[in-house]
Amino acid sequence: MFNFFWRKKKSTFTGGIILDGHKQVTKINTPQLPKELIYPLFLTSDRYTKACVKVGDYVKKGQVIAIADSLLSTPIHAASSGIISSIEKRLIAHPSGLADDCIILQTDGLDSALEAEPCLDYRQQSRDFLRKKIHQAGIVGLGGAAFPTAKKLSGSPAIHTLIINAAECEPYISCDESLAIASAKEIIQGSLIIQHILQASLCIIAIEDSKPDAYLALLFAAKETDIKIQKVPSIYPTGGEKQLIQVLSGEQIPPQKLVFEYGYICQNIATSFAVYQAVLLGIPLTERVITVTGAGIKQAQNIQAKIGTPIKDLVQFCQGYTEHAQQLIMGGPMMGIALASDEIAVIKASNCLLIEPIKASAIQPCIRCGDCAKVCPSELLPQQLYWYSRSQQWDNCTDYNLADCIECGCCDVVCPSKIPLVQSFRIAKSEISQQQKQAEQAALAKKRFENQQQRKLRIEQEKAVLLEKRKATIEKMKAAAAQRKLN
Amino acid sequence: MQFPTSCSPFTPSNNTVQRMMLYVIAALIPAIGTLFWFFGFSILIQLFLASCTAILAESLCLYARKRSVLPSLLDGSALLTAFLIAMAIPSIAPWWVVVTGTLFSILIAKHAYGGLGYNPFNPAMVGYVFLLISFPLQMTIWQSPLLFLDLNSALTVIFLEPTSIDGLSSATTLDYTKTQLHLGQSINSIQQHAIFGFIADKNKEFINLAYLIGGLFLLKQKIIHWAIPTAVILGIMLPASITYSMDSSIYPSPLFHLASGATLCAAFFIATDPVTASSGTKGHLIYGFLIGSLIYCIRTWGGYPDAVAFAVLLANLTAPTIDYYLKGKKTIAPLAKEYTRNNGSNLEVGALASPDPVRD
Ligand code: SF4
Ligand code: SF4
Repeated sequence: MFNFFWRKKKSTFTGGIILDGHKQVTKINTPQLPKELIYPLFLTSDRYTKACVKVGDYVKKGQVIAIADSLLSTPIHAASSGIISSIEKRLIAHPSGLADDCIILQTDGLDSALEAEPCLDYRQQSRDFLRKKIHQAGIVGLGGAAFPTAKKLSGSPAIHTLIINAAECEPYISCDESLAIASAKEIIQGSLIIQHILQASLCIIAIEDSKPDAYLALLFAAKETDIKIQKVPSIYPTGGEKQLIQVLSGEQIPPQKLVFEYGYICQNIATSFAVYQAVLLGIPLTERVITVTGAGIKQAQNIQAKIGTPIKDLVQFCQGYTEHAQQLIMGGPMMGIALASDEIAVIKASNCLLIEPIKASAIQPCIRCGDCAKVCPSELLPQQLYWYSRSQQWDNCTDYNLADCIECGCCDVVCPSKIPLVQSFRIAKSEISQQQKQAEQAALAKKRFENQQQRKLRIEQEKAVLLEKRKATIEKMKAAAAQRKLN
Repeated sequence: MQFPTSCSPFTPSNNTVQRMMLYVIAALIPAIGTLFWFFGFSILIQLFLASCTAILAESLCLYARKRSVLPSLLDGSALLTAFLIAMAIPSIAPWWVVVTGTLFSILIAKHAYGGLGYNPFNPAMVGYVFLLISFPLQMTIWQSPLLFLDLNSALTVIFLEPTSIDGLSSATTLDYTKTQLHLGQSINSIQQHAIFGFIADKNKEFINLAYLIGGLFLLKQKIIHWAIPTAVILGIMLPASITYSMDSSIYPSPLFHLASGATLCAAFFIATDPVTASSGTKGHLIYGFLIGSLIYCIRTWGGYPDAVAFAVLLANLTAPTIDYYLKGKKTIAPLAKEYTRNNGSNLEVGALASPDPVRD
């Protein structure tokens, strides 16, 4: 009991920065049907899907066109009806600017859909059934990381708190806020479904205190449920999983631990909405709300976009570029990725398209001002980590908890010397994970070799024993024979 | 349409090294004004000489080291070093004193060590100590607080070095107090001398006040951190209060220590140089306190009347050690380490770890 009082409780996380919101909450507009929809088979890092349609096939809206090839991937559905015109290499939304296999769907303008399979009494269904339904609807985390939702809801160990993340802490992005205002009821329904699947006793929707309209809409919609709507301070990155949990519960998840081990799960609010659609209406995930904004676009707005829509079509819907259009960022200004072309299509993870001028500044040496450490929400020492990653001291990087860096970019933004800290951390991280893989493989090979050696040794030993035995028998027989002779 | 790609974040921020340095230089303006009020044009000439030398030396170094000259020159760090030297030395020192001092600061103390960010010692203080050791005579003749030099006479004094002008120089109170204490005088009678104002030198007490104002401005703008100046002041006040309360006839008051010499300049403008200080609030407190108490010790028992430069350099020397022992490693709880070792390759755990926790 005493422990409870003595535990240091902080109502907010350390570090973080206050950023200009630049948020324009608008009605969610729907553009006309694009002529072409593009679906990359590549999802993220090592997750792929397999095409299950052939060139020339006619597909309807909601039809599966690519199936999951592992537990960690999710199927893709056609967002409109039409003909598969080709499966070819196109640029995909990836920081490396890769081209990869994509299914190209030529829409026919009819937008005819498959019959939906609604499931109104979800409480009567088994949790496995619901999870399967979510998986089949192709739902992933819509906050930007696109982790398969069904996998995340697999529910072990036991989860006590479900957090629906509506913080949306990055500047410019307002798609979740607009969605919350427009579809608060549906979001609450979806959250209840997720809570039911997890059997979590508590469900909290966290929203930044700078979004009063969305807060009220949610509060009103949640009136008759047990769901709590909680305001959180507008400090970037309050929407980070560990940061959000610390703000809401005061519990600080230690470095190198995962939040679900502590009984928490965070889901994005747009994911909640998608779950509602998938379960109660039987509609798979083929559309999402996306913010198109920045100084480089004529008319910033939130758009209900079909997944697979080429970015240039959305830009056209926003009246085109202004003269400030110098870079195209998918995601927010803090954590997004810069895309090489507007031919690339919107994917499930795209929450924002930011078109901005480039403001480059010269990199200068570190002056050890310590600002980076002050703002780091993971309480790391970015300056130290930078030295270690630059000099390739990977062990030191690991000891200084590099793995805990959430790449939020706070350190980078405050650094007066404009040192690309996050970039060096990303390189260091991928380097370390590669080395780990190699080490694992080496260990495996070593084990195999040792096993082989042992097997050899054992066989030899067995042989020796056998030989010995045989010798002994021969001796015995000889002795017996001699005995017989004597007799 | 094609776009160039780069790495996040894409949020521009106006916090630059240049901005920081310019704010620090701006914060020196009250002190420069006060110096001008007491000394006249001599201080402006010193500032001018130091700035020109610094910019020239910096450009040459950057050029010789094949760095891009303009961005680094524009960061303002060389200019700041020049200002600090010009304001630290006696305002009537001959022109070659300030020029050699600045050259030494920029060439040796800064660029020989690798330039901005790599210098272990505060360049301005290295330059000052170099001057004090090389030209002890010129470095200890201070302009009298009662004499305002107009442009002509200032030029004459600095460039032509006339052997003597009546009433040009006078001792500082730190100096005077030290010698008189050796002669067995009591503090009370010492402070009757004409060079004393309210607390310390007639001019220095106001100049220190001006440094304080500039320093508070920097604090408010969050250019410097509160810990270092506070610790420096405490480092002086604490031993001074103890000795003063023991025997006020031979130990000057803590306020005298604050208002004389370059105390508050050191506290707000020199000790706070992030490059050469230790880091973190704890580190700042220790480092600042070290400077403060060293200043007090050298003033009271050492051979030099003012001790700011020596104290800062000694503290610079210990900064890495302070950092090493304080920061060490942000430790990972042993349990957590154990856990990752056992479960590092556990697929279930790895699979559930969403790779990008901020974005869900
Ligand atoms: S990017 Fe990483 S190191 Fe930098 S502030 Fe964020 S968590 Fe800390
Ligand atoms: S913010 Fe930049 S300059 Fe300051 S300590 Fe960190 S890396 Fe160095």
